[in-house]
Amino acid sequence: MEKYYQREIECASREQIRAWQDERLVKQVRHVYEHVPYYRNLMKEKGVTPDDIRSVDDLHKLPFLTKADLRDAYPYGLLAVPLEDAVRIQSTSGTTGRRVVAFYTQHDLDLWEDCCARAIMAAGGDKGDVVHVSYGYGLFTGGAGLNGGSHKVGALTLPMSSGNTERQIQFMCDLNSTILCCTPSYAAYLAESIHERGLRDQIHLKAGIFGAEAWTQEMRRDIEEKLGIKAYDIYGLTEISGPGVAYECSAQTGMHINEDHFIAEIIDPKTGEVLPDGEKGELVFTCITKEAFPLLRYRTRDICVLTHEKCACGRTHVKMSKPMGRSDDMLIVKGVNVFPSQIETVLMNRGYAANYQIIVSRVNNSDKLEVQVEMTPEMFSDTVTAVSNREKELESDLKSMLGIYADVQLVAPKTIARSEGKAVRIIDKRNLY
Amino acid sequence: MTVKQISVFLENKAGCLAAFTKVLRENDIDMRAMSIAETPDFGILRIIVDDTYKTACVLKEAEYIFSITPVLAVEVTDEAGGLYQIVQLLGDNKINLEYTYAFITRKRGQAYMIFRVEDNEKAIDVLEKNGVHIVSQEELDEL
Repeated sequence: MEKYYQREIECASREQIRAWQDERLVKQVRHVYEHVPYYRNLMKEKGVTPDDIRSVDDLHKLPFLTKADLRDAYPYGLLAVPLEDAVRIQSTSGTTGRRVVAFYTQHDLDLWEDCCARAIMAAGGDKGDVVHVSYGYGLFTGGAGLNGGSHKVGALTLPMSSGNTERQIQFMCDLNSTILCCTPSYAAYLAESIHERGLRDQIHLKAGIFGAEAWTQEMRRDIEEKLGIKAYDIYGLTEISGPGVAYECSAQTGMHINEDHFIAEIIDPKTGEVLPDGEKGELVFTCITKEAFPLLRYRTRDICVLTHEKCACGRTHVKMSKPMGRSDDMLIVKGVNVFPSQIETVLMNRGYAANYQIIVSRVNNSDKLEVQVEMTPEMFSDTVTAVSNREKELESDLKSMLGIYADVQLVAPKTIARSEGKAVRIIDKRNLY
Repeated sequence: MTVKQISVFLENKAGCLAAFTKVLRENDIDMRAMSIAETPDFGILRIIVDDTYKTACVLKEAEYIFSITPVLAVEVTDEAGGLYQIVQLLGDNKINLEYTYAFITRKRGQAYMIFRVEDNEKAIDVLEKNGVHIVSQEELDEL
């Protein structure tokens, strides 16, 4: 039985959703125009006034916001309420340069937690569950978001935060955690650690809600198998609120975007032109219910596809595909586009764990792509020839997948930083930006 | 008539061999023989030890990637031409050597070679027929 947190909203008719969006967008644009001089100037530069925005059809007239704007306007430049009305700050995890800070009123937190509650119930969570939150708590939105969502659902919440794997596993066994929330790389690490300790029989997990970084279907299957759970994807970003902007349902065919709060568009990242449903492009969000930090047409840099196809779960909100890469962390090596997920797929197909690092450098004005992969006992042999052949095998697969040569190096196990937050997948030594 | 060799995956980086031998020292493991094959990226360390089972447990615990391979330990007269006779026998019988390395012992003043071949049975047959002494695991443990 599919579970819903706010069924009347999650399964509302398309007409109803559209009516909410039209009304809320018009109101929001006025709110931002009046209270955020930074955005008002952008609108003026584009020759747009709030009167020009009468419905979602006019959304394309509004200027975009990017991460660069957030840095320029740091820290208060995009705040739309008096500072005294804000009750919380969250910040993005470890991006280079200036951090991005986002503000929330109590009402904002409330709606954000509702979004996370929808995600937890879509993953089968309910009052009787023990929600084990291993996302970091603190400035990072992961912990706070799922924690709040779990409270709203009425589940028993374990605010584990990240790290201390021993304690994570002990609590999981002793307190019968049923739903695990963390990054997919940490889920994979936990699964591995549980196996090493022979504790698979003592965990009672039924589902996992994993997000905040890219992961492949292969990785999903691996985690599901190792932990005996169903693994659900969740999507979000601090700039827009945090996790729960979109979430997966039992159909596991994309993530429902909470359209009563966020309007999604797909644009051509080069031209900024809005693309029709089903076309791959950059995801753009407009916040229509947020008070303190209501970004309009914020470019996520995530490349994905939207679909309005009817979903088996009964929800009517538009679905986004798993991001297929980011328009900004996509690597261009020797003029060829390289997505880390492609490399991950090659490794998983050959039976390697997703423990790898991509190193791009420039030697004699020519790009060099190196992929370091952790050795596994199955791949090892006592002769140099056999081990070298393993490397060549991967090099050949990568060549067919990417179209360019990548130098594969097998390295000792656990030598690639498998952080308990986000995995460092790419080291670009070229300093191209 | 084979002896057990432990092969260990090591990165070709400063300190890797030191870290490895430290593990052996800490667990009081004595090496009978050792060789390293290296590439620019990685090395394969091959050792014959006094207690293979214990070493395997220790290495697993220390999270090394390793494998155990049956290899031939052959007694070689410690004089010019000693090795020649043996490898010629193998060559004449089309037995391909994957790799080989030598070690000596204090106790007997004798030289020994480790041979890794594809077909152990065939090599044993050829060598024994020609009077070459192949050292058993038990004998090796006594050295």
